[in-house]
Amino acid sequence: MSISHAPPDTPDPPTAGLAKSPVAAESSAADPAVGDRGSAAPELERLVSTKARGTRTPRWIRRTSGPLLLLALWQVLSATGTLSPDVLASPGTIATVAGDLVSDGSLTSAMGVSLQRVALGLLFGVVVGTSLALVSGLFRIGEDLVDASVQMLRTVPFVGLIPLFIIWFGIGEAPKIAIITLGVSFPLYLNVYAGIRNVDAQLIEAGQSLGLSRRGLVRHVVLPGALPGAMTGLRFSLGIAWLALVFAEQVNADSGLGFLMVQARDFLRTDVIVVCLIVYAFLGLAADFVVRTLERLLLRWRPTFTGQ
Amino acid sequence: MATDVHRTVTDQDAPVQSGAPAAVRVQGLTRSFGGRRVIDDLELTVRPGEFVALLGRSGCGKSTLLKILAGLDREIDGSVLVPRRRATAFQAPRLMPWKKVWRNVLLGLPGRPPRSRAEAALEEVGLAHRSEAWPKTLSGGEAQRASLARALVREPDLLLLDEPFGALDALTRIKAQRLVAELWQRRGCAVLLVTHDVEEAILLADRVLVMDDGVIAHEAPVALDRPRDIADPRFGELRAELLDRLGVEATAPQAA
Repeated sequence: MSISHAPPDTPDPPTAGLAKSPVAAESSAADPAVGDRGSAAPELERLVSTKARGTRTPRWIRRTSGPLLLLALWQVLSATGTLSPDVLASPGTIATVAGDLVSDGSLTSAMGVSLQRVALGLLFGVVVGTSLALVSGLFRIGEDLVDASVQMLRTVPFVGLIPLFIIWFGIGEAPKIAIITLGVSFPLYLNVYAGIRNVDAQLIEAGQSLGLSRRGLVRHVVLPGALPGAMTGLRFSLGIAWLALVFAEQVNADSGLGFLMVQARDFLRTDVIVVCLIVYAFLGLAADFVVRTLERLLLRWRPTFTGQ
Repeated sequence: MATDVHRTVTDQDAPVQSGAPAAVRVQGLTRSFGGRRVIDDLELTVRPGEFVALLGRSGCGKSTLLKILAGLDREIDGSVLVPRRRATAFQAPRLMPWKKVWRNVLLGLPGRPPRSRAEAALEEVGLAHRSEAWPKTLSGGEAQRASLARALVREPDLLLLDEPFGALDALTRIKAQRLVAELWQRRGCAVLLVTHDVEEAILLADRVLVMDDGVIAHEAPVALDRPRDIADPRFGELRAELLDRLGVEATAPQAA
């Protein structure tokens, strides 16, 4: 076998050598030219310091300028009549409507109800998702029992379960909170589980060599190691919690932000709808801020790329 | 082969056998991975306070042996006696990135040891000023010293070093080797250093073992005065001998 291979192989090295030699000849031919150029100094480029760049405007001004520009554009379009009030009310109108809704208490009470639903759903979801992930992440038997079922269930679109939940739990608070819980559990489960299973085996071994017990290993090595994954899961979960809230409140509700929107739709009040959407956006922003703060506190040990 | 070598050891050094104090006593140790015997009926004795270097080609089983001595690998046949107080420093520092350096040093110690204990150990390796740092902000040499402090704070009777200088640059390595020699002389614990650097082995060890085919195939006592000089002709002879044993033919000028 090797002999039959040999003949086709052998020509290769010489050709490679031949292919190389012209290059070598070229470079040697180019050498004198290089020598000639060597006498003239090469063109130098000044590397400009980036130290002062970006420090002139504070970060928060730069961050808020984007949304403000968008707002200005919207106002201009409304004022010139390009954007008819029937399609989308102007920012000015929306501000007045928001003021009215706040002063008559309907917006604040709706927000309170919605926030409570999200908080409860999130709480249950975090408890369920994390405990399932701990069971299947830490114990092989847990993995065998839990993981397959969760992986199967997570592919079911949870919004599709709303009718079933209404039949099971009635039309009170329970089905809404259940939907949010369901939506929140899966991303947390997946990320915490992956976080636990991705803990560096070398660190586990180091922990063992230091004489850590099983519990000590879980507490000092496995759980801290799974924390970045858990944070990612929490981010996803928060996003899904708001989504689930909108669905749950628009299907059947007599209070909350979603209910306010459905009501506004029936009266063709685009301004009220936009006010609710803006409230959702700000609540999402606040949730993101909470996670960022948590990450900053809990993941201080992780040096990350912060952009240039 | 292994038993042969062992016998010659005991002939030269009778008190090592049986009743004599030993920091490590391994007899008939065998470890297989899927039917392949990586360690095959190995014998090894280390005296208390002795510095032993273990050389060998990569894949010869030297790291497996160290793992077994550290108690991390227990799927073994044969008898292995090691001190209860033993500590390991790995090639990678393996510090927990989520714990500050001083907490890493205290990790795994029983009870609630005071921070001053960590500070003392860090002082000993010249790293006291970094005790508040996060491990990922340390340089390679600093991280390795922190790992060494974490091993020393346990006051081990046996210190296992698995190529601890392998990942360091040449200058840092020289400093780290000196540090280990110093610490060993101060602490008086037995040390087993796994390495593939022949010069490092001769510089530091009382006795150099060469592992091959799952047994200690060769051993060479290093009878040079400390601190040792690479330029010493006896150093060169020993290096040539060991390189030869490792299957690397030393060139004449190197041996001279």
